[in-house]
Amino acid sequence: MSVFLLNLLLAVAWAGLTGTFSLTGLAIGYVVGFLALWVISPLFQDQGGYFMRVYRWIKLLVLFHYELIVSSVQVAWDVLTPRHRARPGIVAVPLAAKGEAEVLLVTNLISLTPGTLSLDVTEDCNTLFVHAMFADDPDQICADIRDGMERWVKEALT
Amino acid sequence: MILELFLSASVLLGGFFAFVAGLGILRLPDVLIRMHATTKAGTLASGLIMLAVIFAFGDASTVARGVSIVLFLLLTAPVAAHMIGRAAFRADVPLWGKTKIDPTARTKLGVPPRPGGKVRAQTASSTAISPTRNTNGTT
Repeated sequence: MSVFLLNLLLAVAWAGLTGTFSLTGLAIGYVVGFLALWVISPLFQDQGGYFMRVYRWIKLLVLFHYELIVSSVQVAWDVLTPRHRARPGIVAVPLAAKGEAEVLLVTNLISLTPGTLSLDVTEDCNTLFVHAMFADDPDQICADIRDGMERWVKEALT
Repeated sequence: MILELFLSASVLLGGFFAFVAGLGILRLPDVLIRMHATTKAGTLASGLIMLAVIFAFGDASTVARGVSIVLFLLLTAPVAAHMIGRAAFRADVPLWGKTKIDPTARTKLGVPPRPGGKVRAQTASSTAISPTRNTNGTT
């Protein structure tokens, strides 16, 4: 976490030195500071794996936005064309996520990604029931969630 | 010039997706599929419009507000859809004919069996909510 504080400090310093105390200035300062810290990272111990963590959060955000756009286009197609091609079903998906925050993030992301909508979680948070638009192959849906969203969230949070 | 084109495209696309989300509520066959339309297309629509607002104004207070609007939408829209879908499933709202339901879903979620259903007798807790649901079987 201390590397993160250092990075914020560098961002503020950059904004101060360039005289642009706006959000853009701070953002540019953060990016420059991040690069500078990354270059000198062999010189100090990086306890929390800060650089990996930032990279994984960015990966999660980018992939998530990509999936959101794909799913919206799919939904738009299904709404605007006269025939409904959906073959919906309710599928049980085993959940590997531990803890409330992880489960919340995973279920929210599942709701926003193509073809799936999280419906309900069992009391012990082990199984998630998902309403899928194309439920021909439940195992495929489980595999997609396990290797996609769930893995990205686990990587970003731990 | 480029910025203006980008802004207009973003607002128009946002409007298009909002329209599709609204049309989806009218056109799609059952509650759960309608939830697909409103969460995905609706969130993307508001996100696109907020993106345009952020780039059009660009001052700190607008950016802060735009970003928090998008964040809270991403946080709350799926939760709302989840609650509506969950309530619909528990209240036995009729689903579209082609829907395949996982056979373990009811027992694992602790949902009382359908009234007049084939498998089990009603338990004491289920009688309080279920008998009224049998009559309004329209889609």
